[in-house]
Amino acid sequence: MRLDRRGLLLGLSAFGLAGFGTAGGRAAFAALPGERRLVVIILRGGLDGLAAVAPYADPSYRAARGEHALPEPGREGGALDLGGMFGLHPAMAGFHALYRSGEAAIVHAVAGPYRGRSHFDGQDWMESGAEQRLSGGWLNRAVAAAWPSEATARSSASRKGLAAGLNVPLLMKGPARIANHAPQSFPRLSEDAMRRLAGLYAADPLLGPVVADGRAGRAFADGALGQGHGPAANAGTERSAFRSLALAAGRLLAAADGPRVAALELGGFDTHALQAQRLAGALATLDDGLAALKEGLGGAWGQTAVLAMTEFGRTVAANGTAGTDHGTGGVAFLAGGAVAGGAVRGTWPGLAPGQLHEGRDLAPTTDLRAIAKALVAAQLGLSEDVLATAVFPGSSAVSPMRGLLRA
Amino acid sequence: MSARDAAHATIRFGLGPRPGELAEVGRDPRGWLAAQIAAIPPVPEAVRAAAPDAATALAITFDQQRRQPEPNPVREAYRAGVGALTGFWATTEAPFFERWAMFWANHLTVSQRSGNIGALVADYYLAAIRPNVLGRFETLLEAAIRHPAMLRYLDNATSIGPNSQAGQRRNRGLNENLAREILELHTLSPAAGYTQADVTSLARIITGWSTGNPGPTAFVFRANTHEPGEKTLLGRTFPEGEEGGLAALAFLANHPATFRFLATKIARHFIADDPPEAAVGAIAARLATTGGDLGAAARLLVGLEAAWAVPLAKLRTPADLVIATCRALGDPLGDAQRLGAIGTLGQPLFSAPAPNGWPDTADAWAAPEATLRRIEWAGTIVARLSDPPDPRAVLDATLGPLADRATRSAVSGAESRREGLVVLLASPAFQRR
Repeated sequence: MRLDRRGLLLGLSAFGLAGFGTAGGRAAFAALPGERRLVVIILRGGLDGLAAVAPYADPSYRAARGEHALPEPGREGGALDLGGMFGLHPAMAGFHALYRSGEAAIVHAVAGPYRGRSHFDGQDWMESGAEQRLSGGWLNRAVAAAWPSEATARSSASRKGLAAGLNVPLLMKGPARIANHAPQSFPRLSEDAMRRLAGLYAADPLLGPVVADGRAGRAFADGALGQGHGPAANAGTERSAFRSLALAAGRLLAAADGPRVAALELGGFDTHALQAQRLAGALATLDDGLAALKEGLGGAWGQTAVLAMTEFGRTVAANGTAGTDHGTGGVAFLAGGAVAGGAVRGTWPGLAPGQLHEGRDLAPTTDLRAIAKALVAAQLGLSEDVLATAVFPGSSAVSPMRGLLRA
Repeated sequence: MSARDAAHATIRFGLGPRPGELAEVGRDPRGWLAAQIAAIPPVPEAVRAAAPDAATALAITFDQQRRQPEPNPVREAYRAGVGALTGFWATTEAPFFERWAMFWANHLTVSQRSGNIGALVADYYLAAIRPNVLGRFETLLEAAIRHPAMLRYLDNATSIGPNSQAGQRRNRGLNENLAREILELHTLSPAAGYTQADVTSLARIITGWSTGNPGPTAFVFRANTHEPGEKTLLGRTFPEGEEGGLAALAFLANHPATFRFLATKIARHFIADDPPEAAVGAIAARLATTGGDLGAAARLLVGLEAAWAVPLAKLRTPADLVIATCRALGDPLGDAQRLGAIGTLGQPLFSAPAPNGWPDTADAWAAPEATLRRIEWAGTIVARLSDPPDPRAVLDATLGPLADRATRSAVSGAESRREGLVVLLASPAFQRR
């Protein structure tokens, strides 16, 4: 970490000392898998798992989707084959290449414990990692459990959690202080104005810590990405903005003293109408973002696991407007060098009318928390007991899914 | 009645004071507020003219979809219409009324992220929301749901009853998006415990509610796409036809769960993120006894002690902040600049990510980078001023007696007028309402 005059002026000298800590702290750190990375991408709106990862060999798929079914692999605009049963949406060619090289996997027929069809309740439960909305999210609590000093750190120190984007999602709120990164939009203020404002903000119970976190994150990002990093968030399309953000997140995660856990969010999956064209754009954006993450992570990609998750899947049948309505079971995407890739995992429940959840949705057979627990356990070294109590409270009946990560 | 209350009225209830506004409010802040909600204040002709009416906006939308001309006429209409609205908000002399209307526009969110409705949203605010926010909620709900912006945004315009003429002929069917959000977001809220069957039933009830293509009327009821027969919603039966949908909306609008939900949101917006139960109960009771009279609720609100508590407990949203800043400085920005700033700070107007609208709690907005952007935007707007005013005078005219000593001292101790203004506009005190 470069500690320049700006860093000193901003009161960030603690940054330079972060690597030292106390003797006890070092011992604790040595026991942790501190080089492994975990990234979670929230796909908001309810991704249609049956369009993203089409079960083209299920005899009921084409009957249920009719003209909206993805063409089979090999046909024009057809799905990208995932091994004879499932086909990936053609907008995700990058993910498909990762899958073929063993660095990406899919879990199908996934849902958290939520069984309603409200986006907002569904996202709250998913991010809370519980059977209700909590005041914070499971990823933050995982950071706090893996690096207990993060929960108490008053100043900058080495933030292990990162929220990439202008806002911090519920998933990343909680006891651990985290870093936040977004591309710069407006020129920075003069040192003098900033110093006066820092004094005012220091006395503000709500905004004081927020501004301190922001300045610490800026100083770190200046070092890791170079000053004035990245284009403004409002420049270009949503697709290019997400790619830039994912690239920056990857580079921050790659830094020697950078964060090890990151959250990103992407919308556009609530495809009630004209699904084919809307979903292609949203999936291409995700695909670009995953490629950018890999690029930014560089060599650290080998120690990384990425989870892309959504609040629910969508109806098995297409609705009346060339789209799909809110459903239940969906897919989760996994990527990264730490992932045991090249497989579609889970238990396929089938799409015949009698096999559907409430007669309309893909029946969930894997609890999303089982996937999340496996990733947190492997990447952050937390015990099953801690996972079932502190990270995903009330989930002792949900065991971490086996076989998702390389041994 | 103190000078503090005058400042409070303009910041908490209004959109932030313009130069001279605190003096106008003077010794009667409650009277100043009450006068704004006695009748619908007029909209300047230029603002109305900048926003195409619904039928014209639909024609623009269909033309854009057919020919895809550049520059995109939908985007141009959005910028003209919504840009003019920001100018109106930056100058209006009835800012409490406009905040009240903006609150309802957010409650009944439409967003150009779906349905290609950019040309329609300014008319939605001016024609569906604004004229109805002092009457019964039932009337507001009906106007909002039947406006083409909403019918397109939540896909009802193309939803077809499976057993209707069109449904039988074309093998097409329902889209339950609007029905679900009416129940979840606009009226009952999930606390009321409706089922998937109720969602589907309401979707059937409002089949046929669609838009002109384009025509003199923006709303059309298409009998050939309407699902035939009676339908049951929450145990009640609603008749076939357009009147079935009107009856269902009226039933939902006047449901006790709806009043409770609306009261909570009103109290959250005007009192605190975690509103006191007494205030929520009082507003819900007023709605229940007046048949959902929103004007009566607004009048009650002005009289609630809790709404006058200091220090100001609400965090300004990005739109609040940009409008308040423009008002404080005598509106130095153009339409495009106001619109752009609100978007870059994280709240692009009529573009919310989802139909639950923009959040109304501080924790949703007080993220590190978002807060730094607010601070830095103050520097950007002050740099644009050709003749910056005295920051101490701006402080007196905006925060007035609500300014704490530290803010006052940091502003007056700045090394230049510009820097003093930056410190004021970026201060934590200026982020509150």
